[in-house]
Amino acid sequence: MQITLKIVAIVVPIMLSVAYLTLAERKVIGYIQVRIGPNRVGPRGLLQPIADGIKLAFKEIILPTNANLFLFVLAPILVLAPALAAWAVVPFDEGMVLADIDAGLLYILALTSVGVYGVIIAGWASNSKYAFLGALRSSAQVVSYEIAMGFALVVVLMAAGSLNLQDIVLAQKGELGFINWFWIPLLPMFLVYFISGVAETNRAPFDVAEGESEIVAGFHVEYSGMTFAVFFLAEYANMILISILTAVMFMGGWLSPFEGIPGLGAMFDWVPGIVWLLLKTAFLLFLFLWFRATFPRYRYDQIMRLGWKVFIPVTIVWIVVTGVFVLGNIPPWFD
Amino acid sequence: MLENYLPILVFLVMGLLFGIGPVVAGFILAPNKPDSEKLSPYECGFEAFEDSRMKFDVRYYLVAILFIIFDLEIAFLFPWAVVMEELGMFGFMAMLMFLGILVIGFIYEWNKGALEWE
Repeated sequence: MQITLKIVAIVVPIMLSVAYLTLAERKVIGYIQVRIGPNRVGPRGLLQPIADGIKLAFKEIILPTNANLFLFVLAPILVLAPALAAWAVVPFDEGMVLADIDAGLLYILALTSVGVYGVIIAGWASNSKYAFLGALRSSAQVVSYEIAMGFALVVVLMAAGSLNLQDIVLAQKGELGFINWFWIPLLPMFLVYFISGVAETNRAPFDVAEGESEIVAGFHVEYSGMTFAVFFLAEYANMILISILTAVMFMGGWLSPFEGIPGLGAMFDWVPGIVWLLLKTAFLLFLFLWFRATFPRYRYDQIMRLGWKVFIPVTIVWIVVTGVFVLGNIPPWFD
Repeated sequence: MLENYLPILVFLVMGLLFGIGPVVAGFILAPNKPDSEKLSPYECGFEAFEDSRMKFDVRYYLVAILFIIFDLEIAFLFPWAVVMEELGMFGFMAMLMFLGILVIGFIYEWNKGALEWE
């Protein structure tokens, strides 16, 4: 019972964040393009996501005649479930984690891989050409970046010496505040992990799987109403998950950036850890939106080249470099 | 120790429920007036020519195979990475040899053009 309540206390804020992330996205992109963005529903457009949700709930769910109905309905559920369940091991503050397990990172790796099944099933079950092409592209892309992500996780593991996400954050604690975080010694991995995350969630500029100007919406072209909404929820929940994981693994999780710095450290002592974590997550989420407003879409061969020919060699080199760092006890990170 | 994994099981089940809930709500709340045009596969306004389950490029298949190899390598690296500090120089050198073999295979794939998309 208590577990169920805790899960609801995690999932409901995620759902609300997803709703307001869609509004933030439209507002941010609006202002970047010198528009105002949605401003009609509620004060300054603040009720827009709720209106969108209600509208989607009352839209007909179309079940195409050629579709494999069971798989067609199952696919969105299979995409959303792992995107939410991965949150079980995310530490929000010291001791503030639902499941404090020693295989946390392995669990994350497993669950982020499961999401691709939903996409393949959706594209296959729709029995539509656009959906099929979108699913093929998306699965090949996700699978390619999965490797770079996996290697980046291995490097984090080597640096922290533990699969437990809490221990990974605590390994970044030190006298020098934000300089002690892993983003400096593992800077290439930080970039590889975050960019791979953008590619994994099929976000711009890696959104050829959706490519509205060529294959209309890719794998979810046949979905409407709430089945579409669930795909949408999952995509945004995955964005938030990638951001919070990047914050936990490379940006010190709930640690204060000024910890141990004379003067400043004491000044920000009263701020709870979760606030720092959410600030870092919000910053990374803003990057997602910024990317979308700034970069044109990559060509498919460019995406595959970046994944296989740039990221994988870089990660392999950095495994060796990190090994030397750790065995050489390089201060201030690994002493 | 194992009871720490119980919340994860519960969370997985609830994750499924959070997916099923909205879909069921959608089926209940939304109107349902199907007709044959509405239910045909979307194809830019005209009738579908042929079955959509067509032949696809073999390179997608190749990517999947390469993925399995590399993902296995990562699975092998995980347990080593956790205990790397305890293993010290010996473990590091052993892993360098393992990575070296992987890199030789990777260079071979690269030269064979398995990573090309033109």
